[in-house]
Amino acid sequence: MTTLAERRARRQSQNQISGVEGPRWGLRIFLAVTALVWLLPLLWAVYTSLRPYEDTARLGYVSIGGSYGFGNFATAWTQADLPHYYINTLIISVPGVIVTLLLASMAAFALSRFSFRFNIALLMLFTAGNLLPQQVIITPLYRMFLSIPLPTWLSSTGLMFDSYFGLITIHVAFQMGFCTFVLSNYMKALPRDLTEAAFVDGASVWRQYRSVIMPLSRPPLAALATLEFTWIYNDFFWAIVLVQTGSKRPITSALNNLAGLYFTDNNLIAAGSILAAIPTLIVFVLLQRHFVKGLTLGSSKG
Amino acid sequence: MGANTQERSTAKPKRKKRFSLLTRRDLIVLGLLLGVPAAIHIFFVWVPALLSIVLSFANWNGIGGVGKIDWIGTTNYQQIATIYPPFWPAVRHNLIWLGTFILIATPIGMYLAVQLDKEVRGTRFYQSAIYLPVVLSLALVGFIWQLIYAPEEGLLNNLLGTTQQGNLIDWLGNPSLNLWAILIAASWRHIGYIMILYLAGLKSVDPTLKEAAAIDGASSRQTFFHVVFPVLKPINIVILVVTIIESLRAFDIVYVTNKGTNGLELLSILVTNNIIGEASRIGYGSALAVILLIISLGFIITYLFRTFRADEAEL
Repeated sequence: MTTLAERRARRQSQNQISGVEGPRWGLRIFLAVTALVWLLPLLWAVYTSLRPYEDTARLGYVSIGGSYGFGNFATAWTQADLPHYYINTLIISVPGVIVTLLLASMAAFALSRFSFRFNIALLMLFTAGNLLPQQVIITPLYRMFLSIPLPTWLSSTGLMFDSYFGLITIHVAFQMGFCTFVLSNYMKALPRDLTEAAFVDGASVWRQYRSVIMPLSRPPLAALATLEFTWIYNDFFWAIVLVQTGSKRPITSALNNLAGLYFTDNNLIAAGSILAAIPTLIVFVLLQRHFVKGLTLGSSKG
Repeated sequence: MGANTQERSTAKPKRKKRFSLLTRRDLIVLGLLLGVPAAIHIFFVWVPALLSIVLSFANWNGIGGVGKIDWIGTTNYQQIATIYPPFWPAVRHNLIWLGTFILIATPIGMYLAVQLDKEVRGTRFYQSAIYLPVVLSLALVGFIWQLIYAPEEGLLNNLLGTTQQGNLIDWLGNPSLNLWAILIAASWRHIGYIMILYLAGLKSVDPTLKEAAAIDGASSRQTFFHVVFPVLKPINIVILVVTIIESLRAFDIVYVTNKGTNGLELLSILVTNNIIGEASRIGYGSALAVILLIISLGFIITYLFRTFRADEAEL
């Protein structure tokens, strides 16, 4: 154990070596306080969720004491049938992410490795499409979803509307723009010799895509998969408008109804919110690197 | 640089020739690789966007076929501007949202990025804490902040001691307060988003630039405003576009709070109310969507031309 003074002296000398003056206590305190303020809303939700309603009713929400436990989580989990909504989310997000990346990588490959007359125009269309506010297209889209028939094995209503398939489709169509933009920037930067050599060896266009470009594009694909999973998981708007049956909605949008029906007190709302946040918090902890890379890939070019 | 341009000028004819060397099968494959994604994207994004414009001139309640549509010219727009009560409040709220994000939240995010870029001990932890809300959905952000804003049980009123009937502050129910309360919650997430984007930009700045400025006697503030900020112009534009689009898209957090009524009206909410509300007024909803489209397209087009101009010069 070193004393505080010793530690401070050591750090000061370290700073002198690296050419920085002062230990910058001001900055460190500022950042520590900011970080704490930022964590506070979540910590408050966690604290509330761990206390039984009876205790908070008796002692007040801002208090210490009573018992702590996971009772609210168990209640939220079973009463609101949360597993059902997690499965809905999986049914939508897994195919959504895979198909989005597949289609976006195809388009990005064609746009970045070959030159057409409409290259730039198409790429601009993809990029702009992703930037539109969803509400700009929702009115006609809603009517289209109501009038496009689907076979009953795809949709119990026989329509795009109120079906998993329809929801997946709009996620794919909408998210494709961003992914195409990011992937085409990445693929454009891959050496031209790679596909040139493959071409000379007689590789078809499909082989160039499948065996040359796709394996090399793993890093942006991993980053985009992480980011797209989070975005599709977090979607609220598409599911609220395009899925009418409450029990078909994925968890983020279902929470709105559940909060009114089953989560009758703040303790349960806190527990339900945390349960709904857990998958994205896992992404935050385990895949932070990919998530941040995905976000910054989209902005590095421009 | 010189060698690079030369290489490009010789590569160009080669590339063109190669195109004609493609077999018929290759051309079909290429057409499908591009055609299938483009068709899906155009059909489900751009066709509805164009239909929004067309339907904004119609009076149609969705019952009966397309033949039942009544074409009424610009009546929808006139009515929205004159006799539709929530319209101007919604425009004002959207502008306040945009202004708060651009003038307050985004600069705070950039400031935090600059401070985190100095890499004091513990930077990684502070950075993670600030960007944690970015992985949460805005709907969830709304729920989490309800625990803070709730009138009698919320954290804020309990800390302020304003939980009694006489002095109770209804943060989310009072129409002159709730927009600001929601903006704080939304900024909680937005600041982290901007921080992480800007930090990545700062990391890409050549450190010798900063060193040279320091040697010339520039203070860290001068270095930032005269050296780093101008170099980061592309990132600044991305951040501006992200901020604008996020402000125009704002929906979830307001919808989970009170469905966008009583002081929280937004254009995005009005569009939605006109399709899933009890009265389905498609023309009205479309006209509102077109107003949103025009505002956002202005920014989107400016951004696209800045981004792709460099590419065009290349090809």
